[in-house]
Amino acid sequence: MSEVSKEKVIICRCNNVSQKDIEDLIDEGITDIEVIKRVTRAGMGPCQGRTCVPLIVSLISRKAGIKIEDIKIPPARIPVRYVPMGIFALEDKDDEENE
Amino acid sequence: MKKMNKSDIVIVGGGITGLAMAYNLANKGENVIVVEKSYCGSGSTFRCASGIRQQFGDEANIKMMKRSIDIWKNLSEQLEYDIDFIQDGYLFLLYDEKEISDYKKYVSLQNQHGVHSKIIDAKEVKDIVPIIDMHDLKAASWNDTDGKANPFKTVMGYKNKLKEMDVEILEYTKVTDVVLENNKGDKREIKEVITDKGGIKTGIVVNCTNAWARELNSKIGIDLPILPYKHQCMKTEPFKYGQIRPMVVSFKHGGVYFTQEGNQGGIIGGYGLKYGPTMDIVPTYEFLKGVSSRISQIIPSMKYAAVIRTWAGYYAETPDGNPLVGKIEGVNDYYIAGGFSGHGFMLAPAIAEALLQEIRTGKTSLPLDFYDPGRFSKGEIRHKSIQMG
Repeated sequence: MSEVSKEKVIICRCNNVSQKDIEDLIDEGITDIEVIKRVTRAGMGPCQGRTCVPLIVSLISRKAGIKIEDIKIPPARIPVRYVPMGIFALEDKDDEENE
Repeated sequence: MKKMNKSDIVIVGGGITGLAMAYNLANKGENVIVVEKSYCGSGSTFRCASGIRQQFGDEANIKMMKRSIDIWKNLSEQLEYDIDFIQDGYLFLLYDEKEISDYKKYVSLQNQHGVHSKIIDAKEVKDIVPIIDMHDLKAASWNDTDGKANPFKTVMGYKNKLKEMDVEILEYTKVTDVVLENNKGDKREIKEVITDKGGIKTGIVVNCTNAWARELNSKIGIDLPILPYKHQCMKTEPFKYGQIRPMVVSFKHGGVYFTQEGNQGGIIGGYGLKYGPTMDIVPTYEFLKGVSSRISQIIPSMKYAAVIRTWAGYYAETPDGNPLVGKIEGVNDYYIAGGFSGHGFMLAPAIAEALLQEIRTGKTSLPLDFYDPGRFSKGEIRHKSIQMG
């Protein structure tokens, strides 16, 4: 794929990060997803990496020649999908009333 | 690895403190190397809530933070990297007479040291953050020169600059041992830092590992009271910037704090729920519920803001909530800057400057004595610093 089109291939849709953005870091020797996500913000938007992390794993593996099973995946944290604060706040209130 | 010798300095810990320290030392022509067990910023810096304030309740922290803000203001320029430093202020919400009288004292102390904070009434709070619920709110302590910066970009800025200055940063390198030698008398001297990638000859070591400080100290036969506690933070979906410009703090709501992130527009916040001492950093549901209810009590419309992420990090705490910074007795040229108790990010530029002066000349114009690492063994304890989260 040419360089121009790599700029147009969006890997992280939440934060608009392209294949070129990711591959440039891999070329610099950065293959730790924890660092890639902090530099590019890929995986830090509303979907929390559920779309882009598998794609980034694949890019790292192909470009840096690292086996997929050797690439560390960032931990999934709560909430699993985005939830309005009011829902959690309500539960907190329920807890207090039950005490 | 570059060849090092006795007079060269090994900094252990590649968080903001270690990197700022390396930058200041390298700027003065010192030969310095940074050893980081994971990637730079991975410890506490990348987990911090980005706040930078001068509103403390004691002279030393006020003076240090005043100097720090002076440095923060020019840091993007110095590092030639935009670190998103914004002076959008810190707003401490006050709900009763006792809080107001305490904060009047702090404000007067801050004013004495050239920080122009002030007590404002509820109506003025409304002008600063219109969406705050005014019920029961009496006043606030406000300083418009406090602010925030982007921790990721700040670390990247220092890292890039250090690379340009030819300073070696050994990431994914763990210190496994420190070789000491007994001199005449009982003074011990550092000879070599051993890592899993090889040894580094040195005579001077700076422990900037914060939450891991005790582990490194133990290799040198030193024990200082720094313990890691789990604190958490959450972030919402992004909004147009300007909803909550300052860092808003309320001790009436369990030490809750929140602000809108300048670059991405999400609202980040936490409160005083802590677990530990522990090295565990898995976020908890208890936190998610507690932080949501507290923030939405202060800003009711936040009920509709979706949380996209929670994370945890360490407050490396000391008995008085103030860091240990300076020379450690009993070993030649062993220094520490750790135990920041949640204030490491904001303090780093001034701490690095003061410790640089201390290492090079044995004295500094900044109040570093306050952070004396030996104070607890001398039976001294400082007034607890103002700390939230």
